[in-house]
Amino acid sequence: MTVTVGYDDVEVGTELPERLFPLRRVDLVRYAGASGDFNPIHWSERAAADAGLPGVLAHGMLTMATATRLVTDWAGDPGAVLEVGVKFSSPVVVPDDDEGASVSVRGVVEKKLDDNRVVVNLTTRCRGEKVLMAARATVQLS
Amino acid sequence: MSLNQDFVGRSFVSPVPFQVGREHIRQFARAIGDDNPLYHDVEAAKAAGYSDLVAPPTFLVNAIPGALGLPTDDPALGLDYALVVHGEQRFTLRRPVVAGGELITTSTLTGIRAVGRNEVLVTTYRYDTSSGEEVAVGACTLVSRGTAPPRG
Repeated sequence: MTVTVGYDDVEVGTELPERLFPLRRVDLVRYAGASGDFNPIHWSERAAADAGLPGVLAHGMLTMATATRLVTDWAGDPGAVLEVGVKFSSPVVVPDDDEGASVSVRGVVEKKLDDNRVVVNLTTRCRGEKVLMAARATVQLS
Repeated sequence: MSLNQDFVGRSFVSPVPFQVGREHIRQFARAIGDDNPLYHDVEAAKAAGYSDLVAPPTFLVNAIPGALGLPTDDPALGLDYALVVHGEQRFTLRRPVVAGGELITTSTLTGIRAVGRNEVLVTTYRYDTSSGEEVAVGACTLVSRGTAPPRG
């Protein structure tokens, strides 16, 4: 592995700066194809309305992948992520326009464990709402 | 209609091993908008010590049999997938997932409980290589909206 962050260089409270990730309708279609999750609430306005939803929603797993990316980019090596877990607390509505939805992700080192591992707590929002709760990743640092 | 509790405790195993493919890793990485060279460039992955392209952590979702590990097409379970939303998801990796490998996933429905008018299904996963070494474990909750039996 080529982890670029040293365990001794981080403290509880070390921040992973906020980044913004756009999610447009085409990104949902692309994710449906790559993941095989063709649930129509992720691409059809009609199916979303029939299911009583406020609009077409991003796949929860796409939101989770987006949040996880903050950690894989920070560590410099995706293999450094030993565990990642989230609760989906609020849906990410993706309108059919040029902007789509903007998902913000920031992180903070919450715990230092043994064997150079740390726990990063991730805050993921869309339109001010927390879209993930209890979002944490355990990361192997160098 | 409420879900069939008889399914609790049942396991579902991938009918055939899931082949972790290079192009699938690239396609999945593009779909999550991630240009990390370790997902795309074999030489970069090898330079980082991997035998081939490494998969993003959530790529494991692709290797779950059925719809997130449940036999949603079995009418006996009574699950209407249109009413389902994802509650929680977790993956714990014992080793990185790398192109060229095979995964056999065992998914177990460990519980169905009513929470208000909803039913919450808890599923656990275990990912093994075809020679039986554990690669990862995972857990998932799905919420079946409005299907719990009325109380009283």
